[in-house]
Amino acid sequence: MWTWFYRLASPPYVYRVAATLAPWFLTAAALAIGYGVIGGLVFAPPDYQQGDAFRIIYVHAPSGWMSMFAYTTMSIAGAIGLIWRIKMGHAVAAATAPIGASFTLLALVTGSLWGRPMWGTYWAWDPRLTSELILLFLYVGVMSLRPAFEDPGRGDRAAALLSIVGVVNVPIIHYSVVWWNSLHQGATVAKLGKPSMPGSMLWPLLSMFLGFTCFYGAVLCLRLRGEVLNRERQANWVREAVKS
Amino acid sequence: MGGYARYVWPCFGFACTVLAWNLWSARRYHAKARQRALRALAMSDG
Repeated sequence: MWTWFYRLASPPYVYRVAATLAPWFLTAAALAIGYGVIGGLVFAPPDYQQGDAFRIIYVHAPSGWMSMFAYTTMSIAGAIGLIWRIKMGHAVAAATAPIGASFTLLALVTGSLWGRPMWGTYWAWDPRLTSELILLFLYVGVMSLRPAFEDPGRGDRAAALLSIVGVVNVPIIHYSVVWWNSLHQGATVAKLGKPSMPGSMLWPLLSMFLGFTCFYGAVLCLRLRGEVLNRERQANWVREAVKS
Repeated sequence: MGGYARYVWPCFGFACTVLAWNLWSARRYHAKARQRALRALAMSDG
């Protein structure tokens, strides 16, 4: 039953599977983001309160989602590396960190550009904004910690520990608009039973969520291949892999 | 864009930049790792 799981521990298998998956993810991402951008910018009507400024949601909300999704993935991969001593767990965590950090930065910048016309300011020390900024610092911390050790194994373990401790911030980000008084609007899409959007606004947004997730998958596969090669440079299988 | 163009377009522009950077840097990372592996193999072959 667990054979598939243990096969994921094999670097040549991961290297090969990542090469197969990357173009599929990239194609799906291009289609979904293309539909989302056209639907969001052209066909969705302006919001009755926020006017056309609401269209920022089509990049802001998916990037916010990706920032949390990538962090959770990084923590789970780090935990797998720590608990089962699977090297590929640490490789996935290392490959995920810069992608997640870039999505977090995107969420912060687009949120700030949305905040200016809606709240009258680019930045406020609001619970949602502050916890998202902490997430960016956590990403930077994890990325800086790994190469700070001479022994790569120790660097991997330290980075995994930090990412596992920091995962507590993910539910804080998500529920910050519920637990505290916040300038940030509440859940719009997560209320799947009764989303507060008409279909013409919602479908392009869901497509953008899917597109960003597939894009993350594609970039993760590409980066993971580099990470595997860096870690397995001396292995025999690498000879065949890099020469083909 | 109903007066919001200067907020909306930079958001989409920045998103485009971030996605393009991710793709470019991931490809570059893999290419560099491959070069390093080839160099290591060449050295071990003598």
